[in-house]
Amino acid sequence: MEIGDITQRYIYSDAELDRAEGEAIEALKALSQQPIPDPDKWLEEKQRYVFPYILASLDIIFNWARRCSLWPVICFPACCAFEFIAANASRFDLSRFGMEILRASPRQADLMITAGTLTWKAAPQVRRIYEQMAEPKWVIAMGACGISGGIFRSSYNVVPGYNRIVPVDVYVPGCPPRPEALIYGIRMLHYKISRGRTLSSPLAGGERLEEASLLSGKD
Amino acid sequence: MAIKTEPFVINIGPVHPSSHGFFRMRVTLDGEVIVDVEPVFGYLHRGIEKLAEERTYTGVIPLTDRLDYIASMSNNLAYVLAVEKLAGISVPERAEYLRVIMAELQRIAAYLIAVGAFLNECGAFFTPFLYMFREREKIVDLFEMVSGQRLLYNYMRVGGVSQDIPDEFLPALDKFVRQMPGFIDEYERLLKENEILLARAKGVGILTKENAINCSVSGPVLRASGVKWDIRKADPYSIYDRFDFEIPVGEVGDCYDRYRVRIEEMRQSLRIIEQATAQIPSGAVRSEVPHLVHPPVGEAYAHIEVPKGELGFYLVSDNSIAPYRCHVRPPSLINLTALRDMVIGWKLQDLIIIFGSIDITVGEVDR
Amino acid sequence: MTVSLSGNEVAKQITKHLSEAVIKASGEAVLVKSESIFDVAEYLKSSPELDFDYLNYITAVDYYDYFEVVYQLTSMKHNHSLVLKTRCYDRDNPVVPSVVKLWQGADFQEREIYDLMGISFEGHPNLKRILLWEGFEGHPLRKDYL
Repeated sequence: MEIGDITQRYIYSDAELDRAEGEAIEALKALSQQPIPDPDKWLEEKQRYVFPYILASLDIIFNWARRCSLWPVICFPACCAFEFIAANASRFDLSRFGMEILRASPRQADLMITAGTLTWKAAPQVRRIYEQMAEPKWVIAMGACGISGGIFRSSYNVVPGYNRIVPVDVYVPGCPPRPEALIYGIRMLHYKISRGRTLSSPLAGGERLEEASLLSGKD
Repeated sequence: MAIKTEPFVINIGPVHPSSHGFFRMRVTLDGEVIVDVEPVFGYLHRGIEKLAEERTYTGVIPLTDRLDYIASMSNNLAYVLAVEKLAGISVPERAEYLRVIMAELQRIAAYLIAVGAFLNECGAFFTPFLYMFREREKIVDLFEMVSGQRLLYNYMRVGGVSQDIPDEFLPALDKFVRQMPGFIDEYERLLKENEILLARAKGVGILTKENAINCSVSGPVLRASGVKWDIRKADPYSIYDRFDFEIPVGEVGDCYDRYRVRIEEMRQSLRIIEQATAQIPSGAVRSEVPHLVHPPVGEAYAHIEVPKGELGFYLVSDNSIAPYRCHVRPPSLINLTALRDMVIGWKLQDLIIIFGSIDITVGEVDR
Repeated sequence: MTVSLSGNEVAKQITKHLSEAVIKASGEAVLVKSESIFDVAEYLKSSPELDFDYLNYITAVDYYDYFEVVYQLTSMKHNHSLVLKTRCYDRDNPVVPSVVKLWQGADFQEREIYDLMGISFEGHPNLKRILLWEGFEGHPLRKDYL
């Protein structure tokens, strides 16, 4: 094949790829008419150490390790991204919380901060990124567009809130939220993680297993 | 010995580690050399043009903030100039000077991000970016003093600006303008003769003059290709004809030239701000315009020079309180028509640099 | 200062070369027939005293009876500009000739008008949806899309 012949596609056909993408988007849109319930059962649980103290103390160590080294995945749709980057920069330093490493690959990340408007066209991609992250994972919905669609809610292409596609742990309001607000949201997530019960819960794995069954039911 | 090769298609997917946003490219490679590139976008299409038809003329101003979200003062200015042209509203002097000061400060802030992101993609991962964010925080503090917001200001109004500047603004601006040339010199010392930057960016992704004009490219990309076309000089809007500044023009049209054009334009913007603060009069900051603007039947197009290029708003009115049609002429989308010509024949890592040097914002490409 | 050329003057020059093309000319714009838009654009680009080498934008507006496609052209050498318009009255399948061969900058803009308004451009090498996905029903920017 000569390099000059640039109009032929040998392996993939563009039209088929586009059609397949369109079908995936329509399928996800049909499945996402109701919001996914928030994983907030931890709010009602009392901090009881039911099981032996040893396992509960190991839990404290696990939770400390998890919350002090949350690595976000790079998922920067829109304007809130720049407040997130500003939070990462030298003035509002996120690396004092251990979050300076922005992982490009979702397999190595455990936090997804959704910084921007989600559209139906991008929804399957964001869902795929979420599914590629390994457990335990958390999601912070940042900004008005992440909570409910924001100023664009009545548009034909905008998903009204990230909780249609992924389960959200913390909501940070603002348009865009100041870096201080985002840091407050991250501290709330730290509090949630410190209340997590990995070993000392009757179900090994705690409440995340229930969520996994919710998501697999959706797929 | 001849080796038989076949081209294959790589997908540089919508979620990728750069600060531009959700942008996808289908690249056809023959070995490592790029044969074709097809940009796919729409992942941030929020329907701003359709939403603008449901809101009043003043209510569209926050929507225009979200177009190119790192240069939101300039977006506001373009829209407000279009409405004023349509309705025949004049603006008081003090408001004109304030608008120019805000627009030029915004230009410096946006160029800082553009250059920082470009260097990020060249491989200097985060060091120049953080240096430039340090300066950007100073500009953002000034904007916060004026409008209360750090990123999406919603400051301009039809007939002027929304509120006057507080007393601390001008001394703080003065301090910034005196310190900034020193910081730009610091960047130049580190980057201008830097061997790695020269090796990666000089001669890469050349866009010729004729091709640039044919592809309707505008902004620093056009000026780096040797065309001396800046709307502030060619078709002056607001009060830009009162200021004395130059337009830096590149020679070859490669990535290095685009980087140099942006650095030089930052210096020229500081010149304009100095002259504006020396001449600013006192007075009202907004002319007597009803809150519900009611322009007569007609249409108008107003364009300004924003950090990305030429941003224009085409408004059609049918004598009601909402625009009948509001079309945005997006500089980022139109600059992308030149991407294919710039990239063919280079390798995959050069694609990332060339794409970074065009400097798009996906909020504007998709609207 | 970019001079906006008067539509009447330019219409006279166009009619000298292409007699049937111009429908109406006013102070601000020239309205031409939709079939002859390519020839008119070619004349405007190649004539030495007009020399419109830069296309500012292409957009389309939905007036309920017709679609109006608006072009703005600028000449960098002479620093003047012109607004060119055309109308198509067919609501179901409007077709307008494409100007991609003259100005490559029209490429993505025409695809966007096809995507959001439904106007097809004849002669465009790659006319498919650009901002919405393949399989999206309808054209959102039309006035009858809810």
